[in-house]
Amino acid sequence: MAALEVWRLTRLALIAVKLTILLTVLTGLVYPLAMYGLANLFFPAQARGSLVRNGDRVVGSELIGQNFSSPRYFHGRPSAAGEKGYDATSSGGSNLGPTNRALISAVEARVKAVLAENPGVAPGRIPVDLVTASGSGLDPEISVAAAELQVARVAKARNMDPQRVRELVRKYTRGRWAGIFGEPGVNVLMLNLALDRANATPPSR
Amino acid sequence: MIENSLLRIGVPFAALVAFSIPLGLFMARVFNRQRTFLDPVLEPIERAIYRICGIQRSQEMTWREYTGAALLFGAASWLVLYLIQRTQYLMPFNPQGMTAVAPLLAFNTAASFSTNTNWQAYAGESTMSYMSQMLGLTSQNFLSAATGIAISIAVIRGFVRDGIRTLGNFWVDLTRATLWVLMPICVVLTLVYVWQGMPDNLGAYAEVKTVEGAPQVIAQGPVASQEAIKELGTNGGGFFNANSAHPYENPTPLTNLLEVLSILIIGAALTHTFGKMAGDRRQGWTLFATMSLFFLASCALAVWAEQAGNPKFASLGVDQRPLATQSGGNMEGKETRFGPIDSALFAASTTATSCGAVNSALDSYTPLGGLIPMFNMQLGEVIFGGVGSGLYGMIVMAVMAVFIAGLMVGRTPEYLGKKIEAREMKLVMLYVLIFPTLILLPAAAASVIKVGLSGIANPGPHGFSEILYAFTEGAANNGSAFAGLNANTPFYNLVLGFVMLAGRFLMAIPALAIAGSMAEKKAVPASSGTFPTTGVSFVVLLVAVILIVGALVFFAGDALGPIVEHFAMVNGKLF
Repeated sequence: MAALEVWRLTRLALIAVKLTILLTVLTGLVYPLAMYGLANLFFPAQARGSLVRNGDRVVGSELIGQNFSSPRYFHGRPSAAGEKGYDATSSGGSNLGPTNRALISAVEARVKAVLAENPGVAPGRIPVDLVTASGSGLDPEISVAAAELQVARVAKARNMDPQRVRELVRKYTRGRWAGIFGEPGVNVLMLNLALDRANATPPSR
Repeated sequence: MIENSLLRIGVPFAALVAFSIPLGLFMARVFNRQRTFLDPVLEPIERAIYRICGIQRSQEMTWREYTGAALLFGAASWLVLYLIQRTQYLMPFNPQGMTAVAPLLAFNTAASFSTNTNWQAYAGESTMSYMSQMLGLTSQNFLSAATGIAISIAVIRGFVRDGIRTLGNFWVDLTRATLWVLMPICVVLTLVYVWQGMPDNLGAYAEVKTVEGAPQVIAQGPVASQEAIKELGTNGGGFFNANSAHPYENPTPLTNLLEVLSILIIGAALTHTFGKMAGDRRQGWTLFATMSLFFLASCALAVWAEQAGNPKFASLGVDQRPLATQSGGNMEGKETRFGPIDSALFAASTTATSCGAVNSALDSYTPLGGLIPMFNMQLGEVIFGGVGSGLYGMIVMAVMAVFIAGLMVGRTPEYLGKKIEAREMKLVMLYVLIFPTLILLPAAAASVIKVGLSGIANPGPHGFSEILYAFTEGAANNGSAFAGLNANTPFYNLVLGFVMLAGRFLMAIPALAIAGSMAEKKAVPASSGTFPTTGVSFVVLLVAVILIVGALVFFAGDALGPIVEHFAMVNGKLF
C-alpha cells in the first residue's frame, strides 16, 4: 500500500516538473518573444520606448519626464525618482504619508520656490500637481493649470508673445480619452521642444 | 465634476458586467470540455503537452489528488523561479549585466510570484534581467493565475456534482486555463498596449542627453507582454518599481481603463461560470451582485477621500479644488494623467481582487483613502477576488451564510441542494480563521520587535499602517504595498515569504476539502423548507456575514493605524 502511494506521488511529481518546464517555456519564452516580434513589426516606435529626437540627437522619451530648471522652459512636477529626480532607472514616488512632517515641509518649500520663480502668482492658487511628487517620479505631464501658471515666466525669459506661448500649451494639451477618462495634461518635453523650434535663438539682451 | 467621476466609475463597471457574461459562459465551455472557436488552433498544442508530460486527460482526481497536484506544481514553479533568478547572470537577454538575485530576496520573490501575490521587495529595473522578467516572472504570472482558476473550477465541480468522488483533472484544468483563457486575451491586450506606447524590446537601457544637456538613462524591456498578464491574472508585480504609475507600464487613460477591466474581469466572469455549471444562473448573479456592492462602495469612498485632498496642503496655499484645468485632490504619489479618480478606482480594483498592481503610491494616500484598499483585502479578497481564489472564497462565505441562516430559522443548512454538515463547517471555520491569524500575529510581532520596526518609513500611526498593510497583502496574496516600508530585509523577506505561501495554500486546501466532501453528497431536491441562496435577501445576508467576519477581526488593528491617523490629520497633527 505504502509502496503504491510512493509510486503514485513520484508519478505526480514527475508530471508536475515536466508540465512546469513546458508551460514555463511556452508562457515565458515563446509568448513574450512572439509578442516582441509582432510589437516591433506593427508599432516599432512605441516598442522601442517612444524615443524623441531633436535633430540627430535623442533627447529623451515622449513618455518619460525629465528635469527642467531654466526659466526658459516649462518645469515638470517634483520627482522622487533617484537622487536628483527623473532617474528613469529608479522609478517611484516619495512614499511620504499624509501626516509626515517631511511631506508638509517639502510641499512648503516647493510652494515658496514656485512663488519666487513666477512673480505675480496669487498665493492660494498653486496647482497641487506642481508641488507634489508623482507616483512614478517620471510623470511626463503637468496639469493645464500648472502650465498656465508658467506661461508668463517662459514668455518673458524668451522674449515671446505670451499669447503665442499659450497657443503652444493648448497644442500640446492632451484631453480626456473619449471625453471621460483620465485628466487633461500637458506634455512638458514636447512643449519645450516646440518652444525651442518656435524661438530658436536665446532672447536678446 | 460629479458627473465625470460617476461616469469614470460607472462606465468601467457597465463594461465589466457586459464582458464578464460571455467570458464566464466561455469558461464554462472550456472546463466542461465543450467545443469552442479556439479549438482548431489550441487542441494540437494541448495534445502535444499531454503527450510529452504523460497526462491522461480523461483521468479524474479526488480532492486529495487534485490538491496534491496543485501543491506539487506550486513547488516545482517555486523552484524553477528561484533557480532562474539565481542564475540570471549566466543567461542571455541581460543587456544591463544584472548579477544573481540574493538568496533571501530570490526566496521571497519565488514565493511571491508562485502564489500569485507578486509582492516585490526589489525594484525590477535595477534587479531583474530580461530573461528573469520573461522566463521567470511573466511565466509565473500566467501559471499562478491558471492554478487559481483551476482550483476554483474544482470547487465549483464539488458543489454541482452529485455523488461523485472526483473534482476533475488539475493538469487539464491548468493547461486549458492557460491556453484557452489567459493566453488569447493577453495577445490582444499586448498589441493594444504597445500601440498606446508601452515598450516591448530587448535592447539596452536608452542613454540620452536631455534638452538641458544632462544625461538620462531610460530603463527598457519586454514590458507590454508582461503587463497584459500582470493585470489579467491579478498578479500585479510591476516590471518597474513604480508599477502601473510608470508611464511605460500605463501610458494613457485608455491603458488605465483596460488594466482596471482586466484586473476585475476573470473574477467577475467566474461567478457566471459558477452559475452556468450549477445549472442555475441566478446563483452566479447573486455572488456577482454581492461582490459589486462592495466594489462600488469601496470605489466611491476611495475617490471621495482622495479627491478631498490633504487639509494641511490648503493652509500652505495649494489649490486642491477640482477644476477644468486641474484634477485637484491629493496628488502626492499620483500621476497627472490619472488624477485622484482614476487612481482611487485602480486602488479599489486592485485590492478588491488579489491583483496588487498600483497606478499611484498608496503609502501617500490620505488615511481613509489608504484604509479602503486595506479593508478590501481584509474582507478576504472576495470582491471579485484573485482569479479563482475570489470565487472559492466567496463560496466559502456563502456556505457560512447559509449555516448562520439555518441556525437562525432552525432549518438544515443547504447550498445548491447539498446539506452542510459538521465536517464542512469545521473546514469553513478553518478557512475563515487562518486568514486573520496570518495577518494579525506577525503584524503584532513586527510592531514590537526591532527588525520589524526598522523597516518603517513614516513616523506615527502611519508607520503601523505600513506594517499591517504588508502582512494583510501578504496573506491576501495581493502584493500592493505601502511601499515606504523597507521590506528587503531578512526578517520581512522570510516572514512575508511564509505568510504568502500559507495564505495561498493553507486556504486553498480547506476550500478543496470542502469541495471534495460536497461532491460525494447526493443533492436533495429543493423543498418549501429550503433557504433560497439567490435573490436580494441572500445578498443582504451574505454582505452582513462578510462584513462581520471581515470587519470585526480587523477593526482594532485598523483603528490603531489609518483611523487614528485620519483624526490626527483632521486636527492638523503631524508626526
